Amino acid sequence: MAGSTLASPSAEKTERFSPTRDAWRRFCRHRLAVVSLGVLAVLVIGVVLGPFVWRLAINDIDFAAQLKAPSLAHPFGTDDLGQDILARLISGGRISLAVGLAAMLVAVVVGVVVGATAGMSRGPVDAGLMWLADLFLSLPQLPLLLLIIYLFRDTLKSILGPEGGVFVLIVAVIGGLRWMPVARLVRAQFLSLREKEFVEAARALGASRLRLVGHHILPNALGPVIVAGTIDVANAIIAESTLSFLGLGFPPDIPTWGRVLFDAKDYLDVAPYWALFPGSAIFLAVLSINFIGDGLRDALDPRRVM
Amino acid sequence: MSTDFLLRRIMIAIPSLLGISVVLFTVLALAPGDPFGELVTNPNVPAEVRLALRAKFGLDDPVHLRYIRWLWAMLQGDWGFSFVSRVNVDTLILQRLPTTISVIGASQLLAILIAVPVGVLAAAKPYSMFDQIANTFAFIGFSLPTFFTGLLLILVFSVNLNWLPIVYSTEIAGHGMAYVWNAVRQAIMPVAVLGLFQGASLVRYVRSSVLEVIKLDFVTTARSKGIGERKVLVLHVVRNALIPVVTLVALQMPIVFGGAIVTEQIFRVPGIGSLLISAMLANDTPVIMGVTFVFSCLVVFFNLLADVLYGWLDPRIALR
Repeated sequence: MAGSTLASPSAEKTERFSPTRDAWRRFCRHRLAVVSLGVLAVLVIGVVLGPFVWRLAINDIDFAAQLKAPSLAHPFGTDDLGQDILARLISGGRISLAVGLAAMLVAVVVGVVVGATAGMSRGPVDAGLMWLADLFLSLPQLPLLLLIIYLFRDTLKSILGPEGGVFVLIVAVIGGLRWMPVARLVRAQFLSLREKEFVEAARALGASRLRLVGHHILPNALGPVIVAGTIDVANAIIAESTLSFLGLGFPPDIPTWGRVLFDAKDYLDVAPYWALFPGSAIFLAVLSINFIGDGLRDALDPRRVM
Repeated sequence: MSTDFLLRRIMIAIPSLLGISVVLFTVLALAPGDPFGELVTNPNVPAEVRLALRAKFGLDDPVHLRYIRWLWAMLQGDWGFSFVSRVNVDTLILQRLPTTISVIGASQLLAILIAVPVGVLAAAKPYSMFDQIANTFAFIGFSLPTFFTGLLLILVFSVNLNWLPIVYSTEIAGHGMAYVWNAVRQAIMPVAVLGLFQGASLVRYVRSSVLEVIKLDFVTTARSKGIGERKVLVLHVVRNALIPVVTLVALQMPIVFGGAIVTEQIFRVPGIGSLLISAMLANDTPVIMGVTFVFSCLVVFFNLLADVLYGWLDPRIALR
């Protein structure tokens, strides 16, 4: 048709199709996700650059300024030892967010490896791995997490130092107990993708198994994995805060958000702000990550959009 | 539902219980330090007694023998002895289990009572104003960690308004109605914290489950027969949409137990969750192992219950 030939060059100029741009467009339609991206960016920039701007030390004990309500000198107030809460939240946020990110990476890497292995192999290997995933899914997560940390904390502390030891332990355990949903997702994707024509074509051209997985199947299975990984960051932040809140996470001299809340909980009547700031920080981080995950689902998993 | 189906499900549950026990035992066996650490530091116990105890409990035997002996003792209810309170672990746990179960049960009920109506109404008019507000609140609900909601409730209702007691106590004042009222009053906050968190994540599942069912042909048929929209929704859609939700409630149990540990700790509810934390802070290993094992058994039990209920509600599953 004459009309279409005329229209096509101009259409190509304005709307060149690219999967990334298309995904970004769909992501932007989720308004709360875009707002959340901004909130999370502010939080991340705050904890990364914060120490360069806000130079008070986290362990600067000042009994003259005990339990002071928020003021210009201490915008978030001070705790029972006169330590500046803003400084403690900035430094704690680095750890809380780093734990979330690192634990997510552990969960995703383990999940992708297990899921890909199960999805590519038929029979007993697949059945065994999925049985293992089901078994891990029915473990009571928090009690087990507490148990492992209780039993292994001292050993790792002596090997890697108090900060490093607890960090490695918490990341490994949280990540190690959260790989199952990713593994199931990846396996399901692999089972359907490996029968697709383009994979068959690649196989017919002599592609090795590794190349099939790495170049053809895995990239197409990544969408849901990215969504699950995003939500895992939020879950890991909650898990770490819970541990610290129960007094079984990082040691007292490392003020993660959960730890500050743990210290604050006995002073609710005199210093409610002390608990409100770290709690809101955890809440904002988790909420914005969850919304971003929801937006990414719209963007990367178009089949599930109704 | 046939007994055959029930038996098959139980046969599936046993290996997973065994698997969990292997995981627990491995963690314990790999852990550094001595389970009899308390005896080592206790100067009243001479070294030869300690060695004799080790031999008696077979701590120097190969791993698989120790595992079998440990499992056998656990199955017989011989769970050891609390170092701190000098009471058998099983008595200690049995004392506290009813409190935990009742708090968890009440909060699950609250979660379902919130999630089902809200989820169904949201799905009845997808993308309406109500749906969007419900969705936003659901996100806020499960992004608020239970320890923070707990503190917020204490701050508002105990510290500022002074309506509800902060600490949950086993000895409640009053008799008759006053007793019941006091018991309910102290349970409001723990149950609300757990129930709201759980309800928020359930809303989304109920909504998507209803949306799945609502587009099926039999719903269209019911509508075209002239049955009112409300009747179609309640009698045709919700009944079928709730079947997968039953499974979800049971599968979320591991998360619920995590939340229960936190709420029990905040409100000092004397359940097995707070027992676990105090045992950890006091290095009371037998209690820790016992409580973890009970939590695992409860999870497996709820999974089994979900399977059986699913088979009962949806006979197609039981036939497979």
